[in-house]
Amino acid sequence: MNQDPIIRFEGVNKWYASNGYHVLRDIQLDFKRGEKVVICGPSGSGKSTLIRCINALEEYQEGRLTVDGTVLGDDVKGIEKVRREVGMVFQQFNLFPHLTVLDNLILSPTWVARMPRKEAVERAMQQLERVRIAEHANKYPLQLSGGQQQRVAIARALCLTPKIMLFDEPTSALDPEMIKEVLDVMIELTGQGMTMLCVTHEMGFAKAVADRVIFMDQGQVIEQAPPEQFFEHPQTDRAQDFLSKILGH
Amino acid sequence: MKNDQMIDARPMPGRRTGAVAWVRANLLGSPLHVLLTLLVGGSLAWALYGAFDWAVLYAVAGADLQACNDARGAGACWGVVAEKGRFIVMGRYPEAEHWRPVIATALMLGVVLMSCMPRFWNKALPLIWAAMLVLYFTLMRGGVLGLTPVDTDQWGGFPLTVMLTVISMTLAFPLAVLVALGRRSHMPAIRSLCTTYVELIRGVPLITLLFMASFMLPLFMPEGVKIDVMVRVVVGITLFSGAYMAEVIRGGLQALPKGQLEAADSLGLSYWQTQRLIVLPQALATVVPSIMNTFIGLFKDTSLVTIVSLYELTGALGLALNSDADWRPFKLEAYLFITLIYFVCCLAMSRYSLWIEQRTAVSKVR
Repeated sequence: MNQDPIIRFEGVNKWYASNGYHVLRDIQLDFKRGEKVVICGPSGSGKSTLIRCINALEEYQEGRLTVDGTVLGDDVKGIEKVRREVGMVFQQFNLFPHLTVLDNLILSPTWVARMPRKEAVERAMQQLERVRIAEHANKYPLQLSGGQQQRVAIARALCLTPKIMLFDEPTSALDPEMIKEVLDVMIELTGQGMTMLCVTHEMGFAKAVADRVIFMDQGQVIEQAPPEQFFEHPQTDRAQDFLSKILGH
Repeated sequence: MKNDQMIDARPMPGRRTGAVAWVRANLLGSPLHVLLTLLVGGSLAWALYGAFDWAVLYAVAGADLQACNDARGAGACWGVVAEKGRFIVMGRYPEAEHWRPVIATALMLGVVLMSCMPRFWNKALPLIWAAMLVLYFTLMRGGVLGLTPVDTDQWGGFPLTVMLTVISMTLAFPLAVLVALGRRSHMPAIRSLCTTYVELIRGVPLITLLFMASFMLPLFMPEGVKIDVMVRVVVGITLFSGAYMAEVIRGGLQALPKGQLEAADSLGLSYWQTQRLIVLPQALATVVPSIMNTFIGLFKDTSLVTIVSLYELTGALGLALNSDADWRPFKLEAYLFITLIYFVCCLAMSRYSLWIEQRTAVSKVR
């Protein structure tokens, strides 16, 4: 198996074009193939921006970001290649409301991967069964509950059989009783050998599946450690402070 | 405390339906309501009574000038429609050849009607349109297959109104979509080009634009190159309504949440795939009423082509009556006649837009 890191940040810096805010500062990170990483930190710490750089939803100005051998930059072909290998799940689901659940799933396989429709439907149904929502295949997204929509979004991201899955606060917009069904699906996915990066504050999830927790604050990686070590013995004041806030009640 | 007894849903108390309940609730709810109902109802009855007298009871139906003059002031003279109706509807098109615009227009309206029905939205539709247009212009222009040639400046009346509307709509819509997308492009040259176009066109009245297209454009053309007046007029109307519609569509584009674009990007869709599959279907669905608004406006704006001596429905009416001192006094009745034609067409358009709106709303149930 290829031992090179699948994602490598080398001194990556990013500023927001609109207000010049320095949102990512000297990011130096490697992610191994198949690694499960949870990224946490206070709001505005740059954690979403960090994972959004990986599929080029955000550009960076300095340093170098390599995803599965491709350096992300101005090269459109490179971006296209990376996006085919990276699936993403958003906080707000971002399903396409004018398409049925099934059509949401087969969109990318048929248009991007040029897969025959029949094959795409077959694979989509497999994914829907995997997230236990196959019976809603012909409904429209807004007819489903939040938890169901997020599971559809996960299935949609899986349809291109990505090597990397990015989760951007996947449970933050859900009602409390629906968080578990989404987390359960995500935990099942960890057995598939995909590299998974998840921005979340679900510390139970982090403890259960993460190989590593990355703690960010003000655009910097402050601390990274295996979950048990991070939660039991945070090394920095900022991490201790953050943990006391989210676990303090 | 414990209560696991299920409570069944009960109907709301005092909730009544039916005509009597409606009248009681909406017309006779309070003394003030009763008073207002009487007032409005009374004046409505009075107005309708007068209108009925004029339009039906004392009206003259036949093309009888003497009877019409006698009834002046008391009753309507529908005779003007019987006498001039044909010219108003067909314009200056040679009378012996009237069957040609009738067939051509029916054909055009038929294809338009077909295009309104989702079950015909398939790959054959563009071909049907192409065939229809070829047939339409062959029939109207003549000069082949033994048909007498009829110059475009002879075309007129309702067929001309329909043709200008249909052609300008089908051209203006894609133009507007491209311009709306262009105004949101990341490429500054395209963006400013589109913005300039919209601002320039919106800053000018249509009548000026038609005037320029008709009289000024030929001055800039090289010697010997002549563009048909009909083409110039269609281009003028298209550019005009295209600019307005582009702004309407841009509004729809802006209403789309940013997450939709990010999701499309993350799935690897290209720019054009994203626009076609994700952005436009949603953006256009939200602006259906405003697009129809522009279409209806365009339909009525075609009456301005009189300025360049093309006589569509309204123009033909003026042409028919202004030159005839006998019938000129009954212009009002003639105007009511074309009002009815305009109204029926606009009503059909707005009803269709309502239907499309409800149809697209299916995917938006919340």
